[in-house]
Amino acid sequence: MNMKPMDLQELEKRFQEKIDKEIKIEPNDWMPDEYRKTLIRQISQHAHSEIVGMLPEGNWITRAPNLRRKAVLLAKVQDEAGHGLYLYSSVETLGADREATIDDLHSGKAKYSSIFNYPAVTWADIGTIGWLVDGAAIMNQVALCRCSYGPYARGMVKICKEESFHQRQGFESLVTLCNGTPTQKAMAQDAMNRFWWPSLMMFGPSDDESPNSAQSMKWKIKRFSNDELRQSFVDATVPQAEILGLTIPDPNLKWNEETGHYDFSPINWDEFWQVVKGNGPCNKERIEARTKAKEEGMWVREAAMAYAEKRALKKTA
Amino acid sequence: MSNKEWPLWEVFIRSKQGLNHKHVGSLRAPDATLALANARDVYTRRSEGISIWVIESNNVHASDPSDADSLFEPSDTKVYRHPTFYEVPDGIKHM
Repeated sequence: MNMKPMDLQELEKRFQEKIDKEIKIEPNDWMPDEYRKTLIRQISQHAHSEIVGMLPEGNWITRAPNLRRKAVLLAKVQDEAGHGLYLYSSVETLGADREATIDDLHSGKAKYSSIFNYPAVTWADIGTIGWLVDGAAIMNQVALCRCSYGPYARGMVKICKEESFHQRQGFESLVTLCNGTPTQKAMAQDAMNRFWWPSLMMFGPSDDESPNSAQSMKWKIKRFSNDELRQSFVDATVPQAEILGLTIPDPNLKWNEETGHYDFSPINWDEFWQVVKGNGPCNKERIEARTKAKEEGMWVREAAMAYAEKRALKKTA
Repeated sequence: MSNKEWPLWEVFIRSKQGLNHKHVGSLRAPDATLALANARDVYTRRSEGISIWVIESNNVHASDPSDADSLFEPSDTKVYRHPTFYEVPDGIKHM
């Protein structure tokens, strides 16, 4: 190289200047190790969430109440697979090994969104997941579209476009249930009761309990804090629940004229940490399903590779 | 038995006739045929394209970002390559 080696401090200073000027960071650009590590962790866990998220919904494909709902659910679950793949592809641009990140999921080293450790026990859960869970995910992901790392930001743009169908189909399905028989409406309310709090937990720990947030904000990986995004979600969702005629399971939820936001009860963080640590209702089942899929599908991968190699050999012979 | 991972492919999509193929991301596949099939499923679920190219990632040669100054800075200084550099008398038309 024709340049004199720059010291680390100088490189870090230039890096932060780029970030401050809103210049995106691309795969081959210099970046601090910690920035790379943070992104690898965040993007791979995001990818795992998409893939594990297929499980509770996939469970309902064969039992959807009619062909239209079934086609929609199939398309949605296929989208989640696609989203996982965009994200694994962007984590590979950081030099991470895709299969190693997946093995970290299976060993329990890597986490995924806790929400997918709750079961989808009724058909109303599917609508509720689309409305609340995808709604919360959109709130997070829209903010990530402006992330400083180019490949992640571009993936998010594509994901957000597709995700909005997920939320709308869920809401539509709930409108149908809520305008149906009293039993159907009760089923929707029951799903709401179970998914409301876990959906709020999707935004992660409170700002004062989230030690890595400040650095991520400085690097513009994150644009808004967990609590800010959670508040936006509550503000957006309460009027939607009113239209459905569903009650949000929080006696302290009320509009605050002064702040211009809804006040809500404190979150049960013990439950959140229990589920993160692996003690949620479905943690074990989810990881077993993913591990089984990899192990039992391995022969297909190997056969495809062997076939490709054999064909390549024939061509050169 | 092969324990090798499937190679990485870069995917390019032509969104409609008359436009360039544009890079959209990457994926893993054992060969070009399956890379195309996977690219169709992963990147064109909503009429994003009418044509796909896949190129094995290790066949892509890229310029080094740290060379960007020496490669691209010279063109910034040559303002006379742009029509706005030149003054023409008022009233001149079609120029």
